[in-house]
Amino acid sequence: MRILSNPNFNFIRWRWHAVVLSLAVIATGAATIYQRGGLPLGVDFSGGTLILLKFEQPTGEEAVRQALAPVASEAVVQQSGTEGNEIMVRLPVEAGVEQGAKLEEAAIRVMDAITAANVGTIVDSSKDIVGPVIGEDLKRKGILATVTALGGILVYIGLRFRFSFAAGAIVATFHDILVTLAMLTWFGYDISLNVVAAILTIAGYSVNDTIVVFDRVRENQRHVRREPLEQVVNRSVNQTLARTIITAGTTFLAVFALYLYGGEVLRGMAFTLLVGIVTGTYSTVFIAAAIAIILSPRPPGQVTQAQARAARA
Amino acid sequence: MYKNLRWKILIIVAVATLAVWAFMPPSERVKLGLDLKGGIHLVLKVETQEALMAETETAREQVREAARTAGITVATARTTGPTEFEIGGVPAASEAQFRQLAEQQVGGSFDRESIGDGAYRFRMRVNIAANRRDEAVRQAHITIEKRVNELGVSEPIVAPYGTTGDRIVVQLPGVYDVNHAKSIIRKTARLEIKLVEGGPAADEPSLLAKYNGQAPDDMEVVPGVSPTPGDLARSFYLVKRTAVIVGTDLRTARESVDEFNQPAVAFTLNRDGVTKFSKATGENVGRLLAIILDDVVVSAPSIRERIPSAEARITGVSRPEAADLSLVLRSGALPASLTWLEQREVGPSLGRDSVAAGITAALGGLGFVVLFMLGYYRLAGINAFVSIGLNLVILLGFMAYIGAVMTLPGVAGFILTIGMGVDSNVLIFERIREELGTNKGARQAIGAGFDRVFRTIVDTHVASLIAAAFLFQFGTGPIRGFATTLFFGLVSNVFTAVFVSRTLFEFILSRKPAGAVRLSI
Repeated sequence: MRILSNPNFNFIRWRWHAVVLSLAVIATGAATIYQRGGLPLGVDFSGGTLILLKFEQPTGEEAVRQALAPVASEAVVQQSGTEGNEIMVRLPVEAGVEQGAKLEEAAIRVMDAITAANVGTIVDSSKDIVGPVIGEDLKRKGILATVTALGGILVYIGLRFRFSFAAGAIVATFHDILVTLAMLTWFGYDISLNVVAAILTIAGYSVNDTIVVFDRVRENQRHVRREPLEQVVNRSVNQTLARTIITAGTTFLAVFALYLYGGEVLRGMAFTLLVGIVTGTYSTVFIAAAIAIILSPRPPGQVTQAQARAARA
Repeated sequence: MYKNLRWKILIIVAVATLAVWAFMPPSERVKLGLDLKGGIHLVLKVETQEALMAETETAREQVREAARTAGITVATARTTGPTEFEIGGVPAASEAQFRQLAEQQVGGSFDRESIGDGAYRFRMRVNIAANRRDEAVRQAHITIEKRVNELGVSEPIVAPYGTTGDRIVVQLPGVYDVNHAKSIIRKTARLEIKLVEGGPAADEPSLLAKYNGQAPDDMEVVPGVSPTPGDLARSFYLVKRTAVIVGTDLRTARESVDEFNQPAVAFTLNRDGVTKFSKATGENVGRLLAIILDDVVVSAPSIRERIPSAEARITGVSRPEAADLSLVLRSGALPASLTWLEQREVGPSLGRDSVAAGITAALGGLGFVVLFMLGYYRLAGINAFVSIGLNLVILLGFMAYIGAVMTLPGVAGFILTIGMGVDSNVLIFERIREELGTNKGARQAIGAGFDRVFRTIVDTHVASLIAAAFLFQFGTGPIRGFATTLFFGLVSNVFTAVFVSRTLFEFILSRKPAGAVRLSI
């Protein structure tokens, strides 16, 4: 069975369209993020309290919201879980925490109010209470990890491929991260530790995908040196197309299982991975290759001996 | 043709067996993280300033006491910062002697500076202060560890956290009563026994009436319980600053009962403690002795005679209090108080739900992928199934072997490992198909397919390994579980997708005639 036999699509022809489309998505995403006053940080980074309550019976979020209105008007209440019996309550960081005020004060208030209002029997609960100091710390570490990981990948690509290709891979990776951040903002997912881990995984995946195509370009250039770069790249994208689709498709479905059945805690992570797989595949075909061609020396189509040798290195 | 085939198969079987052996039985060998098992995760900060402050005050009193013993009366002695104190009004005639005395007493750890008019500023040396800070954190660490161990939690973690040097992370799997756990960890449990100079009195002013409303320098006011049992009113004691007995003089503490059969905590003193205690009681027969726990007088018995024995009791506690108190006294006092920075609790059934959800998702993902591979690549799909399945087995075995903790994001790592396995297999299979398309024989097509793709697989895996390694650096708890899984999943994937898969192909070919061109792929 074959999905495609000898595909020959002219992807490269669409490179400018792709660049414009991507820039539009990223710009709109950036505008939304700016308008909302920054990225939607979860309690891991902003500090605050996240409570997950499991009730005996399905419980509506409105009842919980009403119970909390007098004591914690700033609480965000959200129903979750497959049976509708789980409620998530999020509270901003308490003022005065770490100057002696109790870290879990807000959580206690919420639990007391829900018990008092008699909305349902709480079977079990989980709480994440992060003080502002740790939040800042995790934020710093998260940024550091992302920057260093990307830097490390960049150095590796730089060593293995020539400049225009390395730049293409890195631009594609940043593209994927930015598009993912925009999607997270639009779909209302908070950026938690798990989501940051997923974003870094996306970076790895995106580069991975790009390398497969670029390795093929490098191999093809070795065989046919006089062929214009556009053609070589286009042929390489087509040759690896079946693999790209199958891998992306199967990984997407495996992660989709995670999204459906992995539970509330992993949903944000699974969503990030889903978006990353789609945009990673798109960026490999359209962005990475396009940037590599755009950045390659002009006039296009004339691959010199020196370049061919450099590509081999 | 493939003469090493037997050896290769042997290696694969050996690796698989080792891996299975490493995680058998899974319920014991695969460690679950807090997010899957349920439990409590706490990050706390040791208020090291307090430890320095205590050290500084002790030094100040030492200098003053030494001066007094030598007949020098100083006008003022006050602590001006956590690491700084000033002594003023040293008579001009005895300044030289004072300097010598101060040098003897605290010269080792404090720098002295004259600020004129017979006044001196003492500042703790920077390296000494840093040392004391580290010591305070280390002592807090040891104390918390002892307390947690006495709680009887299985596999607790108490470890330094972050880079600031004053934070400690405590993880208690299977513990759900966060308030009890916190009260045990946090109880300062600073036990002191001090001589009572005045009181008990109902309020501070009446206590200080004969000192013009101001406690003398070498005394302090401590609130406490009334000496009459059953009287709930608060009362105040004027006690000597310098303690007769401190926590370190304690040998042990245990739950006990008093003469009225009420719960109590009995404690015994070590040799040093006994000597000091017997001397102090002998010199002060008839006076009151305050037993002070965390700056509150818990009882103030009167001294009837010199007490040469080494046992004393704290009464007026409930039975659970007595159990907790003896626990914290046994584990020693905390050198400083603690501040909570982060608190995460996962309920037991939510942890179980997550395990079930994770396993469902992983099996669902695997099942789907296998069905697809079998449908799309026919018999070669079995090949993919074996290599991906073996990859997961090796990964699980490795995680169990190094004692890595399985977390919820770790489950996601497993699913991504399945994804990486599929990727490598697809890459190879597609290439073999391509090579078969150029009219190569099955044998050459397989050889060329693996050889050409190997370089790509190395490149892609190295890039992902770099990301995983940095993720591990950044991570705490769950994220580390994810990074570890991803990292070793990638490493073992190179083995299974390249070596194992190729060996399988060679095994199939070895049972076909030499010139075979057909391959079920």
